[in-house]
Amino acid sequence: MNLKANRSTIGFIGVSLLIIVFVQVLISVGVLSAFWATLISIGAVMGIVSLGLNLIYGFNGQFSLGQWGFYAIGAYTAADVTYRWSQEHSASGLVIVSLVVLLVGGSFLLIRYMLSRIRGLDPLSAFSLYLIGVVIAGFLAVKIGQFIINPVTAMFNILPASLAMQIIFFLAVLLAGALAAEVSFIFGMPVLTLGSDYFGIATLGFTIIVKVLLDNSDVLLGFEEMKGARGMVGIPKLTSWLWVSLFLLAVVIVTRNLLHSSNGRAMISVREDEIAAKAMGIDLAQQKTLTFVLGSFFAGLAGALYAHINGFLHPNTFNFIKSFDPMIIIVFGGLGSVTGTVMAAFAWALVLEGVLRLVLPTGFETWRFVVYPVLLLIMMLLRPKGLFGAFEFPFLRQVLPPLRKSQGSAATTPKPTIAEGD
Amino acid sequence: MTDQNQPLLLEISALNKNFGGLRAVKNFELSIHKGELVGLIGPNGAGKTTVFNLITGIYVASSGTIKFKDQNMVGIPPFEITRTGIARTFQNIRLFPNLTVLDNVRIAYHSHAGYNLLDAIVRTPRFFHHEKELTERAQDFLGVFNLQDRQGEIAKNLPYGEQRRLEIARALAAEPQLLLLDEPAAGMNSKEVVTLMELIHFIRDRFKLTILLIEHQMRVVMGVCEWITVMDFGEVIARGNPAEIQSDPKVVEAYLGRGAAELAKKLSEKRSHVA
Repeated sequence: MNLKANRSTIGFIGVSLLIIVFVQVLISVGVLSAFWATLISIGAVMGIVSLGLNLIYGFNGQFSLGQWGFYAIGAYTAADVTYRWSQEHSASGLVIVSLVVLLVGGSFLLIRYMLSRIRGLDPLSAFSLYLIGVVIAGFLAVKIGQFIINPVTAMFNILPASLAMQIIFFLAVLLAGALAAEVSFIFGMPVLTLGSDYFGIATLGFTIIVKVLLDNSDVLLGFEEMKGARGMVGIPKLTSWLWVSLFLLAVVIVTRNLLHSSNGRAMISVREDEIAAKAMGIDLAQQKTLTFVLGSFFAGLAGALYAHINGFLHPNTFNFIKSFDPMIIIVFGGLGSVTGTVMAAFAWALVLEGVLRLVLPTGFETWRFVVYPVLLLIMMLLRPKGLFGAFEFPFLRQVLPPLRKSQGSAATTPKPTIAEGD
Repeated sequence: MTDQNQPLLLEISALNKNFGGLRAVKNFELSIHKGELVGLIGPNGAGKTTVFNLITGIYVASSGTIKFKDQNMVGIPPFEITRTGIARTFQNIRLFPNLTVLDNVRIAYHSHAGYNLLDAIVRTPRFFHHEKELTERAQDFLGVFNLQDRQGEIAKNLPYGEQRRLEIARALAAEPQLLLLDEPAAGMNSKEVVTLMELIHFIRDRFKLTILLIEHQMRVVMGVCEWITVMDFGEVIARGNPAEIQSDPKVVEAYLGRGAAELAKKLSEKRSHVA
């Protein structure tokens, strides 16, 4: 809109693209070994999942340990879709997951619309209605899916193999995010009414449930290819630095646009003071759900990208202990700082996972888990607001709108000095 | 002074609120006509703020009705009550402390921002148009309260008096018809109180508001309000214009105790004998 904002937008996207291309060149030329290329991709993935958590905890003030559960859901969903295509040459995963996402999403919108006309329905009844919607939509999705798996598979077979793979991968990532978002919607409805601490415990429970389900995914859920606690193998390694960095860039821009809008301000006001927010006409439940769903969407995306880095998934990766990783990253980078989160995510991957692993003598890698807490402790003592505090790069910073001097305001303010009191 | 011909804006009848065994508000009745400036006073713990919380929906009444614009507000969630036209300030200031002064006011526009989440994320022209408009409106509001030069400052860094003004500005930005002020003069020095009284009159006339005010400083209540309702132990013990309230023995008793009330009575009798 205004010139200055425009310049910083172009500057930011330009510099980001330059960095992305530069890193890609380094990888292609071989300056960065496969080890470092993987780590930097993991850094970007952690950036996405931590940005989601920063929305929920840093900006909306809801202490959540469930981020890792949604990350796991995203990882296994996307892995299943691409696995079925690459190993079984069937688009069944893609078809079923997209139908589930569409129908469940549609049923949510429909129920939401119907509920908006009824006043005073208690949350539990609403929750049960949504749950019934999920069951019906899921059942329908599987039934309808059977008919269109073959035509869709045939359609993708027409395309060149590598292109079809990339398209399916891209769709799988988006679907994984959407599925995680829908799960978070249904899970968040009863849980978000809890106070902050209780909410933290409940979400921790969610992460543990997801991990246990994944441990038994072959027996309990009937997904043989996930192989339960033995770990899922044979996932195509599709996540390149380009994919993951472009997703990160998109997530950063979406986050920034959201935060600098009325919705973002409403979101932050919930963190600042719930009672005052209510008194200003802000629907707390709606804002909390919205943030939680969006944060989980990012977690799902990140999980999907992660699954295709190593081509191997194990339920232990999604252990609840690991769910503190994004928490450590956002506390390190600064709660409520987009810049800090992204920087800390890369630092986490490159320094703690990379440099320390190389520097520490063999057999001492586990010392990393002593270094983490010590660093965190020093951090809390010296810079409790995080490495970056509230600092943001110019593009991510809120631009203060200029004051309109004299013209309009003089006419509308007959007594501008009325409150000159102190 | 007040226009009884104006329609009723707020009508509270037989309102009760129990907290367990404690009856915080008993059979509370209050009617406010459009354009009136009404005071609600009473000793500490009389239930004044509870009444505010009941009107704004933060508490749900145990029984009774609160009619605003002929619509019963009991059981409606607070954010919807605000959207129908009731805004309030708080006894102990509740700003959004880490946000800028401008954002504090802009949050009040959220319910009618004019664009949705998707517009915000992809930055459609609609977003830019409405965002500009609501920013200018917020700046105008800050101008009215002489805070426009402070727009970029973090709210918690403002001096106390300015925080109070910002809170009132924020409440007004929600475009209420009824404004509830909970002890706006608390913690102010006498000079600030004078400007506050001017401010209350000014915003009433400027924004054509109806105001309900809780206040402990008698100077403010007596100087500003047209009608006063006095509460004690959750019940209404007197109502009338400032002159009537000042001479009501029940009010004196509630504030100063029975002995003092008798003393005051004797004193006034003695004074009339002398005269």
